[in-house]
Amino acid sequence: MDFLTQYLGLITLDNITYVALTLFYVLLIALPLLGAVAYLTYAERKIIGWMQLRHGPLYTGLWGLGQPIADAVKLMFKETTIPLESNKIIYILAPMMVLVPALISWAVIPFDNTWVLADVNLGVMYLLAVSSLGVYGILMAGWASNSKYPFLGAVRSGAQMVSYEIALGMCVMCVILLAGTMNMSGIVTAQTKLWNFIPLFPIFIAFIISILAETNRAPFDLPEAEAELVAGYNVEYGSMPFAMFFLGEYANMILMSAFTVVLFLGGWLPPFDVALFNAVPGLVWFAAKIALVLFIFLWTRATFPRFRYDQLMRLGWKILLPFTLIWFVGQALVMKLMETM
Amino acid sequence: MLADLLFLLFGGTLLLAGLGVITARNPMYCVLFMVLAFVNATALFVLLGAEFLGLLLLMVYVGAIAVMFLFVIMTIDIDFAVLKEGFATYLPIGALLAALLLIELIAAIKGGLFSGVATTPSEISDKPDIIRIGEVLFTDYALPFQLIGLILLVAMVGSIVLTHRRRPEVKRQDVAAQIARKKEDSMTMTSPKAGAGVRKSLFNPKNVEK
Repeated sequence: MDFLTQYLGLITLDNITYVALTLFYVLLIALPLLGAVAYLTYAERKIIGWMQLRHGPLYTGLWGLGQPIADAVKLMFKETTIPLESNKIIYILAPMMVLVPALISWAVIPFDNTWVLADVNLGVMYLLAVSSLGVYGILMAGWASNSKYPFLGAVRSGAQMVSYEIALGMCVMCVILLAGTMNMSGIVTAQTKLWNFIPLFPIFIAFIISILAETNRAPFDLPEAEAELVAGYNVEYGSMPFAMFFLGEYANMILMSAFTVVLFLGGWLPPFDVALFNAVPGLVWFAAKIALVLFIFLWTRATFPRFRYDQLMRLGWKILLPFTLIWFVGQALVMKLMETM
Repeated sequence: MLADLLFLLFGGTLLLAGLGVITARNPMYCVLFMVLAFVNATALFVLLGAEFLGLLLLMVYVGAIAVMFLFVIMTIDIDFAVLKEGFATYLPIGALLAALLLIELIAAIKGGLFSGVATTPSEISDKPDIIRIGEVLFTDYALPFQLIGLILLVAMVGSIVLTHRRRPEVKRQDVAAQIARKKEDSMTMTSPKAGAGVRKSLFNPKNVEK
């Protein structure tokens, strides 16, 4: 009884308001994010359409703006099918394993000065660690579907994500070395004078290439190469499980764009310290920069043909990894020399 | 108090997941249980205030090593029924070893091996654990640290040397040669006469236009 009353004592007004407030903040981040995912698909279809001299979605609502909503409703009302020979538990768990890491990573992203859900010291490591969980969802989906194409897609995707995670980690290390902190807000404030993408420009490019590969986007979208693998790891999925894969992939894109903005493009900071720019809220700058990086994602998709698998692996292991490693050592050396001078 | 409750939650799940690793029949479940165990261990590290170690565990073991396990299990057809056949014959030896380990552990705790040791990082100092690890890793333990790195490198190179074999039948991609190829090397522009055919005009150097 003592034991119980001890724990019942935890239910105080302070604790309840704290939990309720945190839940409110979580919803405040997650709901706009899901909306952003929906309209990212719209932006993708529109932008790639214009680049290919087409119109993109036009007929659902004004300028086709209702298209993502129509798509979502359609997916919701479809029947959820589970293949007979599949492993049911893992088959259903897999899409959740893709979506959840993409959502919980947002806890450490600073939207504005002090606007961050969890201002932890190791924010960068948390993000890297959590986003490395996403690969499980894909591998589980490929295995549980018990079918050839999903399996091949999952194996490709897993190998690709593990390979490029190393180059990605090295790029992040360079930024941490420059900022001297692993706190996301700290990295942003360290860029007040000069955004990181100027002194670390080659690393910035390597990072962009790595996040393209990490999110399985074109030109590295081998896991879902339509022509060879039909659609890769999610062939057997339909309805809401498929929608969760889709949400996870696009939420990951937005997450990686936000990560790029924090690491290289000065987070919520305005480009110049001018009164006019300072008057714009930091959240607007942050969102605008994310939109810019997302545009790069779409732009590359419309521009480049898909890489061959051996080319992908060569780029990751033989070019990006040695380059970032050498840069890291060189940067450490230069920083030490400048310190002593 | 809340920490105690969370400890029970994560510790309990960790033990159950560990049990799952050795009892699950499907090797895929074993690896996924192992991942669950790692994630719970991370949570325990964080509860103790050792966030860096916890996240490192998540990054290295869950993000890389367990993925490799999963790959192996997915791609290799292992018959676990055959592997488990000898279970009954080896049970006495295993049980004996387990009992010995338990007795040693109890003796060590009774003997006061852990009594003077700090149980949480915050008992040693209030600096974040990443700074404290860095301070000792690159001063007191610099040489062992470098040696471990060297040993790992040797192990990696050794395993590559042992498993790598040259296969002459494989067509290799020579990227430099592919990029260095010019239009002139592989293409001739011709203007064939009507009715003469392209093939004939190609082989006649007079018809080749520069």
